[in-house]
Amino acid sequence: MKIKIFIVFVFLVHFHGLSQDCTDILSGQVIDYHDKTPLEKAVIQIVGTQNIVETDDNGKFKILDLCSGEYELEISHPDCSTVFIEVSLEGIEWVDIRLEHHIEELEEVKVVGDALANKTNSAIEESLRLTTLEQYSSGNLGDALKELGGVSSLNTGANIVKPAIHGLNGSRVLILNDGVRMQDMEWGDEHAPNIDINSAGSISVIKGASALQYGGDAIGGVILMEQARIPSKDTLYGKTLVNGILNGRGGNITSELTRAFKKGWFLKGQGSYKRLGDQEAPDYILSNTGIKEIGASLQFGKRLFTWGWDARYSFYTSEIAILRASHIGSVDDLIRAINSGEPQVINPFTYELQNPRQEVTHHLGKIKFYKRFEGLGKWNLQYDYQNNRRFEFDVRRGGRGDQAAIDLELTTHTLSSDFKWDAKEEYQLQFGLLGRYQENFPNPETGVRRLIPDYEKYDFGAFVTGEYRLNDQLLVDAGIRYDFSRIDAQKFYQTSRWEERGYDAEFQDLIVEDRGTQLLVNPIFDYNNISGTVGIKYSENDANVTRLNYAIAKRAPNPSELFSDGLHHSAARIELGDLSIQSETSHKISLSYQRQFKQWGFTLEPYGNFIKDFILLEPTGVEFTIRGAFPVWEYRQTDARLLGVDFSSYIDWSKNWKTEHKFSLVKGKDVDKDAAIINIPAATLRNKIIFSRPEWNGFEAFLESHYVFRQNEFPENLWVFSPADQEDVLLEINTPPDAYHLVAAGAKKRFQLKGNMKLTTSLTLTNLLNTKYRDYLNRQRFYADDLGRNIILQLKLNY
Amino acid sequence: MKTSKFLFSTIVAGALFMSCSNDDEAPDDVNEEEVITTMTITLVPEGGGTTITLQTQDLDGDGPEEPDVTISGNLSENTTYNGSIVLLNETEDPAEEVNEEVEGEAAEHQFFFEVGIGLNMSTAYADDESDYVSAETGENFTTTNPVGLVFTATTTDAGTGTFTVTLRHEPTKPNDGTTGDAGGETDITETFDLVVE
Repeated sequence: MKIKIFIVFVFLVHFHGLSQDCTDILSGQVIDYHDKTPLEKAVIQIVGTQNIVETDDNGKFKILDLCSGEYELEISHPDCSTVFIEVSLEGIEWVDIRLEHHIEELEEVKVVGDALANKTNSAIEESLRLTTLEQYSSGNLGDALKELGGVSSLNTGANIVKPAIHGLNGSRVLILNDGVRMQDMEWGDEHAPNIDINSAGSISVIKGASALQYGGDAIGGVILMEQARIPSKDTLYGKTLVNGILNGRGGNITSELTRAFKKGWFLKGQGSYKRLGDQEAPDYILSNTGIKEIGASLQFGKRLFTWGWDARYSFYTSEIAILRASHIGSVDDLIRAINSGEPQVINPFTYELQNPRQEVTHHLGKIKFYKRFEGLGKWNLQYDYQNNRRFEFDVRRGGRGDQAAIDLELTTHTLSSDFKWDAKEEYQLQFGLLGRYQENFPNPETGVRRLIPDYEKYDFGAFVTGEYRLNDQLLVDAGIRYDFSRIDAQKFYQTSRWEERGYDAEFQDLIVEDRGTQLLVNPIFDYNNISGTVGIKYSENDANVTRLNYAIAKRAPNPSELFSDGLHHSAARIELGDLSIQSETSHKISLSYQRQFKQWGFTLEPYGNFIKDFILLEPTGVEFTIRGAFPVWEYRQTDARLLGVDFSSYIDWSKNWKTEHKFSLVKGKDVDKDAAIINIPAATLRNKIIFSRPEWNGFEAFLESHYVFRQNEFPENLWVFSPADQEDVLLEINTPPDAYHLVAAGAKKRFQLKGNMKLTTSLTLTNLLNTKYRDYLNRQRFYADDLGRNIILQLKLNY
Repeated sequence: MKTSKFLFSTIVAGALFMSCSNDDEAPDDVNEEEVITTMTITLVPEGGGTTITLQTQDLDGDGPEEPDVTISGNLSENTTYNGSIVLLNETEDPAEEVNEEVEGEAAEHQFFFEVGIGLNMSTAYADDESDYVSAETGENFTTTNPVGLVFTATTTDAGTGTFTVTLRHEPTKPNDGTTGDAGGETDITETFDLVVE
């Protein structure tokens, strides 16, 4: 390519300083790569010298009195990524230098400043930096994301944490792991994202469906995990983090190593291991809550400005023990558990992971290629493969403990391509296409009826997004996306269930085979969905930004919503899907009002999400079996309204003292029923005092108060007949626990070791006061208190 | 133009890749091994008389149909009945007797008999764990906590009331004989409305 100017050199570099007749001249022009306009005020420095010049308003520069020889130039511009080029000089030389004027790639932005690039312009978006991710190195993705306003989680104990954005979780939240949409059975309440938090360099959260390039069905939002930038120079670096965790009496270790070359080649490897035994509530041991987690990834490729490719393989496996006391037999056991206020099983501490437990493995492979076309844009092509295997082991009779009760294998192939047209300064367009094939195989060897059937799923998507800069202050963006999805399932229904659901009237033609008590059916459903977004961003200046966005998003029902049918042992409930469920449609309006002053600033983000045919799962009654009565949870559709606001602010009190304040509130309403929606997070308030003194080896300490209000809006409880009591009793399955207040504290210090080595030590204390509490969005709140005090000691070594 | 060529080839590749693989083979049946569909309690009066059977049967397992409860007749006053329990999985053909599995894990199982107010009857365990062979060791259990596959029920005066039989998996053992104290998970529970005359 032209950008590299490389002529055989005549004189060697070390001749520079010699007193020869140095009259050579290097001149040239710096222009924008995309639209070829000259760049003014670009700085050109000869590396290793103080010889610095700036370009004039025609983008031209001239350096006089140089000796012939080989030079390396560093060209920088405030709006561009820095470029290094080599020049061989003899006599008078002219070079054309092309800089990428748009700040589009996260990794390139990091060179310029420490800000993270936004993925959208007008939508509400927030990011977690590497330092925060490192603080949560021993935790999980869901916990780290809760640092952000409007992000909460649906937990099953402390180890299974599903992120929720603006009150919505599961299939409504897309997770992109380095450009790959995770296909890890996100439909299940007790299925956490299969991701090692230590594999990410940064995480951005888009709170809504506006980022259409990632999918049209992100009614909750999008979580983007991205890799840290790898520089284009000869280098080898890495880091290792070790955490000692008191609560659970274990720890984790994570390490990564990157080798990069000047010519754009790179290789990066990363691995983590985590092990905890039983965790503890303030008053007792939470028996069977240990975890074993292993994550590893390997990435290599070549990245040049004009083209490049990379391949990545990542592996994740976790074995998570589920609180023993949460495994119950029937509604009487549930009532007993709720009333007792203490877990029914408390054993001495152990590292052993017993039943019930889950074992999940996720393989992800990806190949990506990109090419830039001068004066046109950038083209991406990506193929990814994912394999997700899930085993759930239950407490079973007859020595079946080693035989999984749930054994699912989900395989996904995705091919996607997009083109970003950015030749013009004022506007930018991006088009993309996607094809996906997915297959789910539930192993019949479990001896338990399948909860999720065999299915094949085909997806096709196409989108166009664009942005138009009206002037320096005002930017408009818009997009539209079409998604087709077909699900072709093969499922056995009990004849009694088929009739009870009324499917014999509506879906009788789906029956393939009648096996007496069972029916084999083959539903093939197609969904055609169109999503769109439009918004504006008004930046008065860097400090004051207002964003307004509207997004319409449609999401096709997931396999669980359609086909769930049967007793979910781990939850002691019968879950029933509905074949007639249609796509849900969300209309979301969000506003972000950001103001920064000299010593303080704030962001106010109100939003409204109006969802037509919202799919929800809630308890509706009980069914009797020989084992007693079980609560029945049914999927149904209704019109819902979610209104919320996130507020955050900071105050710099002095050079060393700073405070941060965050408040989030969301209210969910079932408009059809005029009732509260289940599992809407309670309001939370976080206040944090930070003391930092960089001259004391980068000393930083914080004290944080986290207050979670009681959720006062919840659906009605159920009256069920208790065989044990021979009367109807109130099953307080929806009653939220009380408000609670947690205090956390931490401190950290950095030490420069010899060479480039740096050691950072930190100590973090959570639930400092050992407060007893239960959280509304923890599915184990019926059985046991949440975690007690925890102390985490972290050592980080950068090398 | 190069770009459009690239995009075109992408679409073609995508289409090819979507159209492949469609094997519509029927999935295998799941053999539900662990289900208990039927519990039959046979009460044989000592010294002769009519044998009474109490049965609960739920052929669709966890399906929507309620268990079918049958009681063959009324109990007699002042009589001791020798009770025995048979558990079946009738989703299999022939029906599988589940007693064996309970016996093999006798230390992890226990039946509870709870007599409601008005029914003048008392029960007593007639077996203990050491009567059964452990599936794990192949030898008889050495512990002697009650199991309840065999029991006695003794009536006194006439009356009516409920008789609840519960099988718990992994209860606390030993316990005071009530389900409240024992904990564990309910494998079976049924309440029979009995008459002593």
